[in-house]
Amino acid sequence: MSNGIKEKLKNCKQYQKFDAYKEKVLAMTNDSLEKTVAVALAVCFVCAILVSLAAVALRPMQVENKALDMKKNILDVAGLLNEGTDINQAFADQIEEKLVDIATGDYVDDIDAAAYDQRKAAKDPAQNIRLTRDQDIASIKVKAKIAKVYLVKKDNQIESIILPVHGYGLWSTMYGFLALQADGQTVKSINFYDQAETPGLGGEVVNPNWRALWAGKKVYGESGEVELALVKGVVDTAKSGAEYKVDGLAGATLTSLGVSNLIQYWMSAEGFKSYLDKIKSNG
Amino acid sequence: MSAVINSETKKVLTEPLVKNNPITLQVLGICSALAVTSQMSTSLIMAIALTSVTACSSAAISAIRNHIPSSIRIIVQMTIIASLVIVVDQVLKAFVYDISKQLSVFVGLIITNCIVMGRAEAYAMKNPPMASFIDGIGNGLGYSLILVIVAFFRELLGSGKLLGVEIFSLVKDGGWYEPNGLMLLPPSAFFLIGLIIWVFRQWKPEQVEHPDFQIMDISHGEGGHH
Repeated sequence: MSNGIKEKLKNCKQYQKFDAYKEKVLAMTNDSLEKTVAVALAVCFVCAILVSLAAVALRPMQVENKALDMKKNILDVAGLLNEGTDINQAFADQIEEKLVDIATGDYVDDIDAAAYDQRKAAKDPAQNIRLTRDQDIASIKVKAKIAKVYLVKKDNQIESIILPVHGYGLWSTMYGFLALQADGQTVKSINFYDQAETPGLGGEVVNPNWRALWAGKKVYGESGEVELALVKGVVDTAKSGAEYKVDGLAGATLTSLGVSNLIQYWMSAEGFKSYLDKIKSNG
Repeated sequence: MSAVINSETKKVLTEPLVKNNPITLQVLGICSALAVTSQMSTSLIMAIALTSVTACSSAAISAIRNHIPSSIRIIVQMTIIASLVIVVDQVLKAFVYDISKQLSVFVGLIITNCIVMGRAEAYAMKNPPMASFIDGIGNGLGYSLILVIVAFFRELLGSGKLLGVEIFSLVKDGGWYEPNGLMLLPPSAFFLIGLIIWVFRQWKPEQVEHPDFQIMDISHGEGGHH
């Protein structure tokens, strides 16, 4: 502290009072009631300032890290993540962010896609829809009216469509991305970037070996219903319908059920079906 | 005078490494030692985090030790420790996001790590701030030493790597080393810590605990009424 400020403080009446009180408290016996309360308050005050300073000062960096992690996950599910790629650069070059009105399946162009946060919107009563119990098979309670999807394009042709999906597993809401090929029917990849399932059991939803099983699976059956789901145990490839089935996670029945439910929900007319239908008829 | 301080400082700093190690002798802080040691990188970050929290909290508690009312002693210590842990957690999230994601709850759980609280109660409440700070560093280093030894073996034997760099080429990549899956699971840390305790106690036999009960020879026993 510079001497000028010190001088000013010394002349300030409140400070003199504070200083006198400080001396008085320090001189008291430790176990008097007043000192106990004063020490407790002082400790809380100092600690609160310390914690809030750290939180406020480091917040911009944390937000940036989170955004970068999200981009990394999107590149990963699109199959564009290689060792040593500059994530921001690769994301800006290859991924197109688009907003989609879930109910109609049309693009929404009058909102800035880059700034839109679907998870925030899902909590905002003005931007969300509360689901009835029958609708809510993925146990998410509310959904945003507008979803943020990501497109990978090559020569102006859509190469893959990356859809945000989420649903409740055993302990946590699992947030992830499902990447489909341009036909809106074949799965490219899936990943979950935010989940808190049991490590080693349900937590295996992030296991690359299990995620690799999804490539090439089909979402919609011949009647147009969502057929893609997990099965108990290992898929018998000899049986018909194997292209709609993925191995369940061993020892994680409820997480597996949660994954099946969230696929069922987000691929249905409640979710992205109208959007995917529009893409199919256009392309 | 300065020679005395130096030898005292050195003692406070080095004693917790082997002679009075918080994990192997005091058997504190085991739960995070099991949880974060499957990789060297996470263990190193955890070690740095715990060492800085122990050192700073000990110094802060020691600085106000003469004014802490005994009736709220523990909660004042907890408040200081918890605040520092939150600060560390925020710093990790800002600077090493990936590792902070892997460490997840274990950074927050430093609050309940017995080493931090133990040093606050046992040392910082009775000694001046600088000595308490060094005692915190010493105990943090003792914890770090065990963490790094355990992580070294777990990462090397469990995934054939050290700090993410391949040391043994794995069979699945066409190499010769078949990784030991047990090493990736927390129980393996129990075996390793057990082995380390054994080695330490062979080296320094005074660490061997005396049995709580001595089994008496029956012929000299007192219960021998027939």
